[in-house]
Amino acid sequence: MSDLEQRLLEDVVIFENKEANRTGAQSIAPDHSPRQTHKSKPLPARSVVVAADLQQRVEQFLFHQSELLDEKQWAAYIELFAADGVYWMPVTSEQTEWLDSPSIFAEDRRMMEIRMGRVTHPNAWSQAPQWGTSHLVGNVVIESVTDTEISVRSRFQMMELRRDTTRHFAGTYRHKLQRVGHDFKIEVQRVDLLNGQAPFDYVLQIWV
Amino acid sequence: MLPLEKLVEPDRVHKSVYTDQAIFDREMANIWEKAWVYCGHESQLKKTGDYATVQIGRQPLIMVRGGDGRIRVLYNRCPHRGVQLCGNRQGNTGSTFVCSYHAWTFHLDGRVKGIPLSHGYAGTRMTHDNPDCSMKAAARVDSYRGFVFASLTAEGPSLVEFLGDAKIAFDDMCDRSPEGEVEIVPVCHRVVQHSNWKFFMENQLDALHPSVTHQSTGIAAGRVERKLQQAGQKPPLYYHYLSTFASSFDQWDSVQTVNFPRGHGILKGYMGLRPEDPDTQEYVAAMHRAHGEKKAEEYLGRSIHHVLIYPYLSVQSPLQQLRVLRPIAPNQTLSEIWHFRLKGVSQAIYRRALWYFNLVNSPATMINADDLENWTKGQWGLESDGGEWVSFHRNYGGDTCENGTTYSNNGTSEAVMRSQFAAWREYMK
Repeated sequence: MSDLEQRLLEDVVIFENKEANRTGAQSIAPDHSPRQTHKSKPLPARSVVVAADLQQRVEQFLFHQSELLDEKQWAAYIELFAADGVYWMPVTSEQTEWLDSPSIFAEDRRMMEIRMGRVTHPNAWSQAPQWGTSHLVGNVVIESVTDTEISVRSRFQMMELRRDTTRHFAGTYRHKLQRVGHDFKIEVQRVDLLNGQAPFDYVLQIWV
Repeated sequence: MLPLEKLVEPDRVHKSVYTDQAIFDREMANIWEKAWVYCGHESQLKKTGDYATVQIGRQPLIMVRGGDGRIRVLYNRCPHRGVQLCGNRQGNTGSTFVCSYHAWTFHLDGRVKGIPLSHGYAGTRMTHDNPDCSMKAAARVDSYRGFVFASLTAEGPSLVEFLGDAKIAFDDMCDRSPEGEVEIVPVCHRVVQHSNWKFFMENQLDALHPSVTHQSTGIAAGRVERKLQQAGQKPPLYYHYLSTFASSFDQWDSVQTVNFPRGHGILKGYMGLRPEDPDTQEYVAAMHRAHGEKKAEEYLGRSIHHVLIYPYLSVQSPLQQLRVLRPIAPNQTLSEIWHFRLKGVSQAIYRRALWYFNLVNSPATMINADDLENWTKGQWGLESDGGEWVSFHRNYGGDTCENGTTYSNNGTSEAVMRSQFAAWREYMK
């Protein structure tokens, strides 16, 4: 039998390691407690039981809103917001105050009007290349309902074409809707972009 | 690569300084990896073990607060097999850095703490007492009014010498607080430009471009501003931030630039940031109480729009924001845009500055988006064979030079670019 064959007969089997706490990284960094962010987050709210037609009307409202964006019907889009309505995209999901923290978008209706005026101006240079978007809204969960207000959470996927490049955005919408008869007005729309902290040359020049 | 004197002439530069990989590599070695580079603000690292990763040229580093309270800047590299020790942009590492590969550990000052199976190193050159077993530190770290800088070479000017008169950037920002200090807002905007870093630096003090590049936003904002005024309402100050971009050529020509040695410079103020409203009055009164009327008026009266620290920093001190460039390639540059809170001022004064930060520099900005489009197209133009030179002739010979500082007699003078390239040539020798 050759040396090599002899050596290959010397087998070692690692059984359950009772000494685990004293070996490897555990001996040096013994803290195994979970990270704060994972234990402190509340579970997402489940859908409250509502009449099917309300669920359907809310969904149709959200679908209509995204369709207006993709069709570049911005005046009609702004009209979906209440007179003191707010569109807010914070930089991180931990932020809670739209006026007090860095935001990607933080706009009342007048600022939205400026944005529409700017994008439709013939010399909005960054908008000269061909561009368009396609939104898909789903996972619509009505989190709470009162006689006057509805809170609804949903997810979106959005593909953008600009010049010769497509980009992909995704995230969560949180709408606080005022009930106006059978219709709704947006009091606050919060948009948490999944890739909000990724470096972009810029996010869209129009609302997401 | 053409010889330096052929690349940079007093009134024009060769296009390759924006596009050439060899020139870019030399910039990283001769400028970024030698000069003082901004790392962050002391208030970013509050507790022991708080860290933020920083890119200096091609070098990945970690800025970390030690148990002794000191901030150090270390290479983000395990001396064992080279793996980066911090995998996130910021966080807290506790009392040690632990390598994810073979569990080497390091104190927060970079000294090696534990080597697993250390008996295996007996008799080799890589024993615990060899300094090569510790994390390498930046050659020099210093701070000015809370702003931390590092230099990767032991020789060269001190931080204060490097900053020169441009240190007014940090004085002006801090002096505007009744407590003389600022605190960082710990979330930054990150923007990638598909162009050379020089486009950004030149654009910052280019007073001719706003009314061209930003006219769509300036005009749209002015329209809504006037509508409110006609309705008898007072439009918020931040509408003015946007509408002034559409000022006329003549108006922009009256805004002076000050161009210091080493390529630093100032664009003087033009937005009139002292409106007559109760929030401002309360703030001015607090400043008078804290600094005395004479000093406070001196601080509040400084005419600064922003200060450039060449070749990578733009500090907008009156609105407490800072933009720092991290070049990636000849045609790719990352900017990080940070906002600071003046200590001891009301929420209204903080919000007013924050509006500027969001409106002008967020990734959805209606302003910077058009700059980025210009620079992308600029990069493509310079990569082409359509011409060899970039022109900086406007008002050539028409500026005033005193003690090494050039004052433009026309706001739109290309003195800015001429001054930056004079500094660039010195660095690249």
